[in-house]
Amino acid sequence: MNVRAANVRAMNGGIRNGGIRFDGVTVAYDATVVLDDFDLTVEPGEVMALLGPSGSGKTTALRAVAGFVRPRTGRVLIGGQDVTALPPHRRGIGMVVQQYALFPHMRVEANVAFGLKARKVPRGEIAGRVAEALEMTGMDGFAERYPRELSGGQQQRVAIARALAVRPGVLLLDEPLSALDARLRAGMLTELARLHRELPGLSMLYVTHDQSEALTLADRIAVMDRARLRDCGTPQSLYRAPGSAFTASFVGSANLLAARWCGEDAVELDGGVRIRVRGSGGGEGEATLCIRPHLIGLGEPPGPSGPPSPDVPDMNVLHGAVTGLQWRGASHRVTVSLPPSGAELTAEVRELSSPPALGEKVSVHFAAADAVVLPPGGTP
Amino acid sequence: MPAPYSLVHGRGARWALRALFLVLFLPLFALPLLVIAAASFATGWSGALPNGATTAHYADLARGDSADALLVSLLTAAAASGLALLTGTWAALAAQALPRRVRRAVNALFVLPVAVPSVVVGLAFLVAFSEPPLLLNGTREIVVIAHTVLVTAFAHQSVTAALARLDPAYEQSAASLGASPARVLWQVKLPLLLPSLTAAAGLCFALSMGELSATMMLYPPDWLPLPVRIHAATDRGALFTGAALAVVLMATTLAVLLAVSRIRSKASYRQPS
Repeated sequence: MNVRAANVRAMNGGIRNGGIRFDGVTVAYDATVVLDDFDLTVEPGEVMALLGPSGSGKTTALRAVAGFVRPRTGRVLIGGQDVTALPPHRRGIGMVVQQYALFPHMRVEANVAFGLKARKVPRGEIAGRVAEALEMTGMDGFAERYPRELSGGQQQRVAIARALAVRPGVLLLDEPLSALDARLRAGMLTELARLHRELPGLSMLYVTHDQSEALTLADRIAVMDRARLRDCGTPQSLYRAPGSAFTASFVGSANLLAARWCGEDAVELDGGVRIRVRGSGGGEGEATLCIRPHLIGLGEPPGPSGPPSPDVPDMNVLHGAVTGLQWRGASHRVTVSLPPSGAELTAEVRELSSPPALGEKVSVHFAAADAVVLPPGGTP
Repeated sequence: MPAPYSLVHGRGARWALRALFLVLFLPLFALPLLVIAAASFATGWSGALPNGATTAHYADLARGDSADALLVSLLTAAAASGLALLTGTWAALAAQALPRRVRRAVNALFVLPVAVPSVVVGLAFLVAFSEPPLLLNGTREIVVIAHTVLVTAFAHQSVTAALARLDPAYEQSAASLGASPARVLWQVKLPLLLPSLTAAAGLCFALSMGELSATMMLYPPDWLPLPVRIHAATDRGALFTGAALAVVLMATTLAVLLAVSRIRSKASYRQPS
């Protein structure tokens, strides 16, 4: 344990100049813009997840930091220094990619030492720093192996050790867990979170399409869609108050319903169903209503019941027919179709002892505070 | 089991395919070589089989200057394949940074000598380098250069294909770790390409060892490669001597190819995916 603490201290001492800033970065291939006027700041020591579907520009943003794509306009800063014109090998970053990319002709030890030799670390220091990095990722004892002799998870640990050995201020992770199976992925997420705690000066830019990775690991999440930054905030704030229907559906799951403002704190679904919403000053015209499935209850709400009325101002109660039922072990997902429009709401409720049958008439309820109104668009 | 499946994969069908292979390909590919080998030991050959066995032809070779010819061929092939590998690899690596159109042009340039009959290449060299300032006629170098030009396309294409298959993540990871382009090349790319490089070198070497038509146009009297000797021997009717020379050529080339194929880095073991 003491060895470990000393290693962590040594590595922290070496890390400097974390932090990344994108300053109006646009990347384009011929006429196709793959990253459009991108602004984002990653603070020193912060884990920023770039979350988005494929083709959203998140990998391009990471590659702009690494130096593998040259922005058409804008600047990239690492540790406050403009690196836009620097080649990749002068940027002082660490990078971990999905397919590990360990050098197959080198032992684990030589893989981890590669960056140290490339950066002209004095010979006498190299062995110690390799051991330190391997120890941090739990791969001490594998130094003599070839990459092909390791499992996928072990290879990814070595790849992380290789990136950390050079003590970068910035660690870029490009879908690092995508090639691993679900169980290994959970373990590696825990490991990465531990590394983040132990190396508080290290900024991480974590590209993923998997929201659970982003929610687990990130201090902040930048949601990307079609080459643009859609939303950026802490996981909690994006979850509770997404800025758009796209963000709502990409961070956690969401019921998204087409609606129309009718008053300061109410919207109307197609067909005239009126719903009380979180007070936000109101608005006009089209909107999208967003309700998280786990915030919807099945049956009549406890306490006074009935349609939304002045005496139960913050509870919405709707009636419909069950169109879907999924058992998920600890929970049931019940999909209810609301007349007259047929819009569907999915509720995620604690496992039911006597679940409703398909077609059965049920009531669902949710608090006005849990009904968030977003700009229109993004509904099915 | 459905009928179409058993037709292709059934045991009987498999044996039929093997028999077909033996009947069609063995006579075309292997038998002629066996005949050459047999002829090199024959006292005469008037019936279906050689009349008798002798090692006299090989004894003749050992007394003559065939050893010199073998050495000439080995040196020419080694020099030509070495130069071709160097040029081809360099061109393939350099072309990566070029626009697609330029890459195609470079590729076409390398393939040109292969597309043109090699006798024409030989004649072209003869004509082109027969006047100062580039007077190469009658030198050993012109043979080596001609061989190099003829085989570089194979080295170039083999390395180009291997580069296209090489995952850019290796190169990029190395660069992100702080490795300069030169370090990336020598410590990452070339070791990963080594299997393709040795394969390309072997191919170029074998092609050069057997090159006759362009060589015929160019060789100086003091630089007679083995194929020229074989041609001369059979031309004057010494078929069995020619066969013995051919066997020597074949055996030497195979031995070199075998040796080259044993050069492999640890990178040649592919990772299990």
